[in-house]
Amino acid sequence: MNFEKMDIAEARSRLGALEGREYWRSLEELLDTEDFREHLHREFRVPIDSGFNRREILTLMGASIALAGLTGCVRQPTERVFPYVKAPEELVPGVPLYYATAHLMGGYARGILAKSYEGRPIKIEGNEMHPGSLGGTDVFMQAHVLGMYDPDRSQTLTERGEIRAWSSFLAAARLALEKERESRGAGLRFLTGTVTSPTLQKQLGDVLAAFPEAKWISWEPLSRDNAYEGARLTFGEPVETRPDFGRADVILSLEADFLGSGPDMPRAVRGFASRRRGANPNRLYVVEPTPTLTGARADHRRPMRPADIEAFARSVAVAVGALQAAAPTDPFVEAVAADLKAHRGASLVLAGDAQPPEVHALAHAMNAALGNAGRTVTYAEPVAGAPAQTAALAGLVHDMDAGKVSTLVIVGGNPVYDAPADLQISKTLGKVGLRIHLGLYNDETSRLCHWHVAAAHPLESWSDARALDGTVTILQPLIAPLFGGRSPHELLAAFSDQPEKTGHDIVKDFWKGRLPGGDPEFAWRKALHDGLVEGSATPGKAVTVRPDFQVEGRAPKPEPGELVLLIRPDPTILDGSYANNGWLQECAKPLTKLTWDNAALIAPSTAQRLGVSSGEIVELAVEGRKVRGAAWVMPGQAEDCVTVQLGYGRTRGGHVANGCGFDAYPLRTTASLWTAKNLQVTRTLGHALLASTQHQWSMEGRDPVRATTVDAYGKDPDVVAKMGEKPPGPDDTLYPPIPAAAYAWGLAIDLSACVGCNACSVACYAENNIPVVGKDQVSRGRAMPWIRIDRYYKGSLDDPETVFQPLPCMHCENAPCEVVCPVNATTHSAEGLNQMVYNRCVGTRYCSNNCPYKVRRFNFYLYQDFTTEIKKLGRNPDVTVRSRGVMEKCTYCVQRINRARYDAEKENRPIRDGEIVTACQQACPAQAIVFGNVGDPGSEVSRRKAEKRNYGLLAELGTRPRTTYLASLSNPNPALPPRGGAEEKAHG
Amino acid sequence: MADAATPTPPAEKPATTTGILAPGYSFTTLTDKIASIALSRRTPFVWFIGAGVGFLLTMMLLTALTWLLFRGIGIWGVNQPVGWGFEIVNFVWWIGIGHAGTLISAILLLLRQPWRNSINRFAEAMTIFAVACAGIYPAFHTGRPWLDYWLIPYPNSMGMWPNFRSPLIWDVFAVSTYATVSLLFWYVGMIPDLATLRDRAKKLWAKIIYGMLAMGWRGSARHWSRYETASLLLAGLATPLVVSVHTVVSFDFAAGIVPGWHATIFPPYFVAGAIYAGFAMVMTLAIPLRKLYGLEDLITMKHLDNMAKILLATGLIVGYGYVVEAFMSYYSGNTYERFMIWNRLHGPYKHAYWALLFCNLVMPQALWFRKVRRSVPWLFVIAMVVNVGMWLERYVIVVVSLSRDFLPSSWGLYKATVFDWATFIGTIGLFLALMFLFIRLLPMISIFEMRAILPEAKVREEEAEA
Repeated sequence: MNFEKMDIAEARSRLGALEGREYWRSLEELLDTEDFREHLHREFRVPIDSGFNRREILTLMGASIALAGLTGCVRQPTERVFPYVKAPEELVPGVPLYYATAHLMGGYARGILAKSYEGRPIKIEGNEMHPGSLGGTDVFMQAHVLGMYDPDRSQTLTERGEIRAWSSFLAAARLALEKERESRGAGLRFLTGTVTSPTLQKQLGDVLAAFPEAKWISWEPLSRDNAYEGARLTFGEPVETRPDFGRADVILSLEADFLGSGPDMPRAVRGFASRRRGANPNRLYVVEPTPTLTGARADHRRPMRPADIEAFARSVAVAVGALQAAAPTDPFVEAVAADLKAHRGASLVLAGDAQPPEVHALAHAMNAALGNAGRTVTYAEPVAGAPAQTAALAGLVHDMDAGKVSTLVIVGGNPVYDAPADLQISKTLGKVGLRIHLGLYNDETSRLCHWHVAAAHPLESWSDARALDGTVTILQPLIAPLFGGRSPHELLAAFSDQPEKTGHDIVKDFWKGRLPGGDPEFAWRKALHDGLVEGSATPGKAVTVRPDFQVEGRAPKPEPGELVLLIRPDPTILDGSYANNGWLQECAKPLTKLTWDNAALIAPSTAQRLGVSSGEIVELAVEGRKVRGAAWVMPGQAEDCVTVQLGYGRTRGGHVANGCGFDAYPLRTTASLWTAKNLQVTRTLGHALLASTQHQWSMEGRDPVRATTVDAYGKDPDVVAKMGEKPPGPDDTLYPPIPAAAYAWGLAIDLSACVGCNACSVACYAENNIPVVGKDQVSRGRAMPWIRIDRYYKGSLDDPETVFQPLPCMHCENAPCEVVCPVNATTHSAEGLNQMVYNRCVGTRYCSNNCPYKVRRFNFYLYQDFTTEIKKLGRNPDVTVRSRGVMEKCTYCVQRINRARYDAEKENRPIRDGEIVTACQQACPAQAIVFGNVGDPGSEVSRRKAEKRNYGLLAELGTRPRTTYLASLSNPNPALPPRGGAEEKAHG
Repeated sequence: MADAATPTPPAEKPATTTGILAPGYSFTTLTDKIASIALSRRTPFVWFIGAGVGFLLTMMLLTALTWLLFRGIGIWGVNQPVGWGFEIVNFVWWIGIGHAGTLISAILLLLRQPWRNSINRFAEAMTIFAVACAGIYPAFHTGRPWLDYWLIPYPNSMGMWPNFRSPLIWDVFAVSTYATVSLLFWYVGMIPDLATLRDRAKKLWAKIIYGMLAMGWRGSARHWSRYETASLLLAGLATPLVVSVHTVVSFDFAAGIVPGWHATIFPPYFVAGAIYAGFAMVMTLAIPLRKLYGLEDLITMKHLDNMAKILLATGLIVGYGYVVEAFMSYYSGNTYERFMIWNRLHGPYKHAYWALLFCNLVMPQALWFRKVRRSVPWLFVIAMVVNVGMWLERYVIVVVSLSRDFLPSSWGLYKATVFDWATFIGTIGLFLALMFLFIRLLPMISIFEMRAILPEAKVREEEAEA
């Protein structure tokens, strides 16, 4: 603006007249000249007389409304999107890709193949090349993928609850490091789980090198201290024990639940089951205080109190010559010892992690005395080192209490929840100046920490880990972190010189030059492709029993009637780290068949004495520490023993975990990690709702599970057929025969191999988008598994024989469900599938009523979550997501059949045997399930069905099931009475 | 009650209980007595209570069904393995109740049993209302009720037909035919009486509405001739339905594979049970009605006695069914069948089974005694007990059989929820509401048929006097 009359003096006087803080924009305005007013009017149409003018206001309003639409016409900045002209290599929409990576349990890797659709991992399968999997999986591997899509995962980096940028965290870490530098890291502590990752070990090592006074503490609630201590007692050094179950003819388990839990479970089950399916079956003896899956599969089992197990182990050790002492013997000890001695070099004695070091020592000594070392059992340097974790954690807490710790970095884990109660870590944590927590969840620990770093899920991040035998797997991400989480490597990098280094670079740089093979890039790719680094297993180590080997008696025997508390991991949610996983919560515990809850397991005789019944809430007290939880009468439990499982009673575990079960950790102390004496049980007269999926214990004189001994079957192979009514033949019908199609799909399940682990059931949830219905619905009998595991007891309550039976749809050739459906929603395919047409189903539930196997599942409510976006990512796009009011059931994974059919038709060939692997079959670590074409006599499934121990469940009804079972064969010692206490009765 | 129009029989001649019509009536007094209930008599206070309760319970039914549509079938207690619960129990129970009406109106008409004339009208009404209540259950018990029409064979672009092998499709045909024929029969039978009401009505609206419903009936010989033919034809159509409907309903179970369902005795056993339950319900309704409206002259002790005899006879057939079921289970030697009976006697639902045996087998034996058959309170109690017993029978068949079938691993218990009860009691409310509307607005006893038996009754009366 340029005005002619600019009067500075006037302006000054006007300024002087202004009062207070009045602002002026320009001199012209200040002078308020006529020119200025005119100018204003021209420019902005401000009425010259500032009085309100109705017309003007209406005009302006109209114009602004009209012009408002024009704002959409503003030119947007240019952002180029790229059309999908050139598809990324290997990626075909709708065709899944498999990436090899690993699932960690207790820090140990088990190789997996993650199935990915368009960049979304949806299913975990075992990696056949990996020694920790051999193609099989357990429930935790199967449920791994659900954990990644958990909407309860922590999604942001926070400082005292406030959202912060990663850069602020880096600055804070830098600041803390600078402070620690003076004292050479004397106040710096890193708390991790068991770390088998070579990269992370190196990273931690580097930090410790820079800060020599800093400390790294490992703590796993399911610590293996006892095993290493036992090895140290025997051999003088803590070595890893690596049993080879495939080579053992006779196995004695001292509460070693190798078939039910632990990182080695898939490999152990494979080895064990291979000997159960074969012609040369092994024999398993188990002594244990609380029933486990291993105990269920034992040919001879004795429930024993912990103190008795030690005495028993000592007696057997004496009897096999491993120990020079006088020990009382009984017929069982003698029979077991004789059997072990008869299989010198082919026997195996194992002790469980919950057993005291002395029992481990005795087991090692027995293996040495029996010549098993180097044959059925080998030893090696532990891959994660063997620090005494409990002592280290206690030391950390002591240091914190003494104010010696200024910076604590908790890398994963949830110590506030799962540390032994006597450490009172939640109280001492407050004395640490800076507390940093990396975790998948905003959990009990992160609540007490200053910084919470949202962790990336293992399926989202680069890492590496070793299997129990040392084999390295490089974990590759299947997807970019959904919530921008950070891996432990990236967290550790914040304490190094290269804080911004990505996980990929950290891991790849570490392996540069360390991988076998010439070209490093090729070696890297091969390691990723195979899911393991070839030849990375730790070599075996020759160890000898210490010359001064002697095992002191540890605990005095408890008084008769004194109750002993056993603290054990939960079969489906372990130590609580899987507590927010719906598939695992709803997966029925293999033996109790409980879902969504833990319970205090009490032997029937003890329950009777205490007057306690299942579901009653009892108070458990040990040394003044008290816990209240529901009781459960457990057949096969040792007398006077009460077992509680860890992992429940979470308060900040997520929507799924919170409020389920009771927290048993308050009963756990450093001195009694697994067993506590002097337990007081008090009835509270309250009752809890426990959701069990199976209410009946016995087979009620029927024969759904046919079991006999190897000897009886060898003498008369028809013994299995004689156990049930003769089914009607294929011609005993008025209907014309069904014309044979090119394929006739069928399934054979070998009950001899099945260990009842539930892997198939959880795999089915993942593959088939099965909804989780929750405790209330399960308790109403509305659980949805397409393949369930039935568990039956036989014989005495105190030590019953336990059998398992996986039950998918039988795909009956004469299906009772099909005739009764009024709308043809369930029909039969030419290839023998009993198929469900969800869209056609109106939901009369008649088919379910008429199904003698009760394998049909009904959507009583809208069980599927159609609103949580993130859950949609995790679903299998090949399988319909069922809505409310329709029936569903096992399809024999028809989507996999059709996938194989496309492939075969493209290549103009028939589908090969073994080309179709159902989800349950794939998951089974025991290879108990085989699917294939029963019309082809050469197929594996036909070969299995041709065995004499093949039988159809309820085939006498004329349903002609396509799923059949191979009877379970046990291999009892003829010198001992058979299991269950009762003679094998003839059925009929 | 003390309406001047109400004719009272001469005091010196107390109503005898031997005949099917008390003496002392003329054509006029008879017509007056029945028509006045709908037209001129003051509505008794009890009616308002009854209709009010029925209305409120109907509202509860609607609430329960609305919530069902909103949330899903899960609000009921049905589960795995008990896929059918209260809804099918109640369906069969209501359908069974309806049978007595058809039996009385059709079979007894064909058999020329004039004593039926005073009870057939409201027994038929009971049939219609019971079928209406029954129909609610299968319609709403499906997982997706809005697709129920897929059970009907209609031409469609998908070329999809229902599965004609499924007993549920047979049910659709059987029940819908039954409902149609029963409704027609009831309505056609009411036309002459509607004309009577039209002629006697004093209020304009009543004249118009009854007039429309009477469809121009003038009582000409030609009308009567047509009427006789139509009602005979309908009776002929309805007669096989008495047998077929419950036979088909029993196929829902008998065609299934479940132990406790899969039995060849089911069709006759179900039909007998239906008639049994139906007569119990007719008595349950007739006894308070005749008291409330002073109809002891028209629904006499002779009627009650006859119905009690039918009750006893059908009860014995039902009892025979129980015995044969138990015997065949034992005789078959089949594990599952034997267990089924053991489970009924000793299992978790044993109370239901023992109660059922008492209600249906033991209690009705009292009807062997003439004194009991002639005692109105006793008859009412027995009828109520049989109503409960027949409900329990369906409960035992549906729920107890399903709860424990072949594989012990799948056994499970069923527990009815508050919505199961609300729906059940709600349909009872709907039934009551409809029944009360009916007795208030329509002639609950057939006027012209009662007039038809009057001459004969007169002759008997005079003979008795002589």
